[in-house]
Amino acid sequence: MIVETGHFALVMALCVAAVQSTLPMIGAHKKHSSWMALASNAALLQLLLLIISFAALTYAFVTSDFSVTLVLNNSHTLKPLLYKVSGVWGNHEGSMLMWVLILAIYGGAVAIWGNNLRPTLKARVLGVQGILGFGFLLFILFTSNPFNRIFPAPIDGQDLNPLLQDPGLAFHPPLLYLGYVGFSTTFSFAIAALLEGRIDPAWARWVRPWTLAAWGFLTGGIALGSWWAYYELGWGGWWFWDPVENASFMPWLAGTALLHSAIVLEKRDNLKSWTIFLAIIAFALSMLGTFLVRSGVITSVHAFASDPTRGVFILALLVITVGSAFALFAWRGPALKSTGIFQPISREGGLLINNFLLSVATASVLLGTLYPLFIDVLDLGKVSVGAPYFNSVFVPLMSPMILIMGLGPFLNWKRGDAILALKQLQIAAIIALTGAVITWFLIDRATVLAAFGIGLSIWLFCATLSELAGRIQLFRAPIIEVLRKLRRQPRSSWGMTLAHGGLALVIAGMTASSAWRVESIQSMMPGDTALVSGFEFTLKSVQNIEGPNYTASRANFDVTNRASFKISLEPEKRIYVVSRQPTTEAGIYSTFLGDLYAVIGDPDGKGGYITRLYFNPLVTWMWFGTFIMVLGAGISLSDRRHRVGAPARRKLPRGATAET
Amino acid sequence: MKKIFYFLPLVILAILAIYLIMGLGRNPQDLPSVLINKPIPAFELAPIKGQTKGLSNLDLLGQVTLVNIFGSWCEACRLEHDLLMKISKNNLVPIYGIDWQEPNNLVGPRWLKRLGNPYTLVGDDPKSRGAIAFGVTKAPESFVIDKNGVIRFKHTGRITENTWNNTVWPIIMDLKKQ
Repeated sequence: MIVETGHFALVMALCVAAVQSTLPMIGAHKKHSSWMALASNAALLQLLLLIISFAALTYAFVTSDFSVTLVLNNSHTLKPLLYKVSGVWGNHEGSMLMWVLILAIYGGAVAIWGNNLRPTLKARVLGVQGILGFGFLLFILFTSNPFNRIFPAPIDGQDLNPLLQDPGLAFHPPLLYLGYVGFSTTFSFAIAALLEGRIDPAWARWVRPWTLAAWGFLTGGIALGSWWAYYELGWGGWWFWDPVENASFMPWLAGTALLHSAIVLEKRDNLKSWTIFLAIIAFALSMLGTFLVRSGVITSVHAFASDPTRGVFILALLVITVGSAFALFAWRGPALKSTGIFQPISREGGLLINNFLLSVATASVLLGTLYPLFIDVLDLGKVSVGAPYFNSVFVPLMSPMILIMGLGPFLNWKRGDAILALKQLQIAAIIALTGAVITWFLIDRATVLAAFGIGLSIWLFCATLSELAGRIQLFRAPIIEVLRKLRRQPRSSWGMTLAHGGLALVIAGMTASSAWRVESIQSMMPGDTALVSGFEFTLKSVQNIEGPNYTASRANFDVTNRASFKISLEPEKRIYVVSRQPTTEAGIYSTFLGDLYAVIGDPDGKGGYITRLYFNPLVTWMWFGTFIMVLGAGISLSDRRHRVGAPARRKLPRGATAET
Repeated sequence: MKKIFYFLPLVILAILAIYLIMGLGRNPQDLPSVLINKPIPAFELAPIKGQTKGLSNLDLLGQVTLVNIFGSWCEACRLEHDLLMKISKNNLVPIYGIDWQEPNNLVGPRWLKRLGNPYTLVGDDPKSRGAIAFGVTKAPESFVIDKNGVIRFKHTGRITENTWNNTVWPIIMDLKKQ
């Protein structure tokens, strides 16, 4: 019964979406305020219906109702509760339901917090959200209904793909979708603005929080996915330039560009059509990602079971929505006039180069991801594009961007003084150069690229700190004054400082873990010792253990540095009972300088085991750096200035009592 | 003039869409082999330790056979192994194995001893001679060879029950009738 309620709510949501996508749009056109006001109610009702629907599916999973085909295929009574819940979105149908739920959450958020918007703009934004919701709900109901029943119901299910039974991956999709789908809001804002023909700094200010939210979630989601790949796949790597990873990375790059170009629009009334274009593209790339993962046109370790009908449907959705958006852009775009003018060397100039480099990077990732498909379609053979291509394209593009990232904030709007800015950056430059030179001469196995990467990271970090120091007049004003200024910094500038500083840490982690990773593969008997990067790994024992829905061999390693440091690692090799699929659980001990990482493999038949042992330097810096970046987005998001129209909070004068 | 640039995204989307539509019907894992419908190249492999006869292209003449490239190091091969055992137990088609890139000459035979040996003959291929003859990219990989020693079908990756029932077995039945 509950399952049928969920199904019914889904159908109702489709009907509400049909209303939401038409009446408010007509209302905005004809200036019927009651029709426009309908948008908010429809958005909230749709949210409510989809919450009911999602809750019903979750209920079916938690109670292991195997009469629902989806539960049968993706769950099992033995599975721990967390994975019964995460099983809801660990499959195509359920994840699409989550997709529309998140779309509705954003729609509801605009309805609730969008009171400061022009009524026509708000109606149109929600109208476009309604159109998107309508398309995807249609897709779910016709090709991917999660509530399909099976009769007679089997006794037990077929279990969730064991690789997905992991806390990191349980939360990775929701975060990622909050990011992906978040760009639907900026998309809707862009379309609504094009329909109105009015794009001004106020628009940019309204869009900014939504971009920030989507960007923050996407950053977190990508990092979580990368972290999962790092410890679950057991290869010691954290990024593989896999098509599905690229699918999440492209909207991130475009979204980062959007975040910055929207600043120019907000502050200087410039880059109008470009910002609109990026807002469309960011969501178009999110939809492309959805298509690539689910249509089976591209091979990937993460792809869902592919189905061409679904592919056709999503592709049609993509072409219709993005195609009409681009058509509208081609029609209305040329009329958008930017008023601000600026010199090449200026804050705008720096942000423009940043946008250019990010866009080229996005395009090259897109090209690399789709190139095998192009070649295949043209019958020129089968190729795969791997890490060498992406690395060789990406590093030269990102390096100048990082250099400019340090410099840009020191330039004034309109016309900047590069010489003055560089003078302020002297110390940062000297520290960075010294760091690079030290790396090159003093650290074993340092390549030019590694020294350069470390130098870049230090440059960005020091430049970001210098910028903060300049703003609060550190060492130039009395300490009281400095502290007062520090407290008065707007939250959006804290956001920038944290995001840029976090990226510096991420770069350091990426460089070090690529350049100085030590890997050692060998066959070990219990009692054997292997030496990896100065650490002694001793295999103490291998035991068979029983988990809730798997059996595993668990190895026990003692790791010492031949001095006081001594820890133990317990990697596992699991075989999941139902699917017979093996997975590796790496044993990881993280330190400030690097991770000790051990994987236990198959028995070698002589009483020993194949083991893979790693020392991965500075890996933790990447996760910590991304955390700082996301924190920056969060702090910037909490800036009161986003809530235009909200009266500034005034402190009550001392002694006055607040009336309640 | 400037207006043309605003149409550019639309044009690019259209081109992209055409490629994506054409890509939909294809399976990127179906790597076509240049060797399909060609006779197997000559090769000769030594036996694995403990067996007397290796494998050469001459062994594959006269009947429909399945050639399977495997290695004890390969996870997917291990998963595929149960199906191969079932095929050989039911005498559906003789399977010939190429034991590819073992780290030493002991692990392959031991692997087969532990999991059962579905192969009529196994060639030891530490230097990838057989694998190169068949144009193998990764293990497991399987080839259907007809009576005349011509490669008729290639499957990359593990053969599941599903692919066996729906694709490989019908092809073999067809070839047997000819």
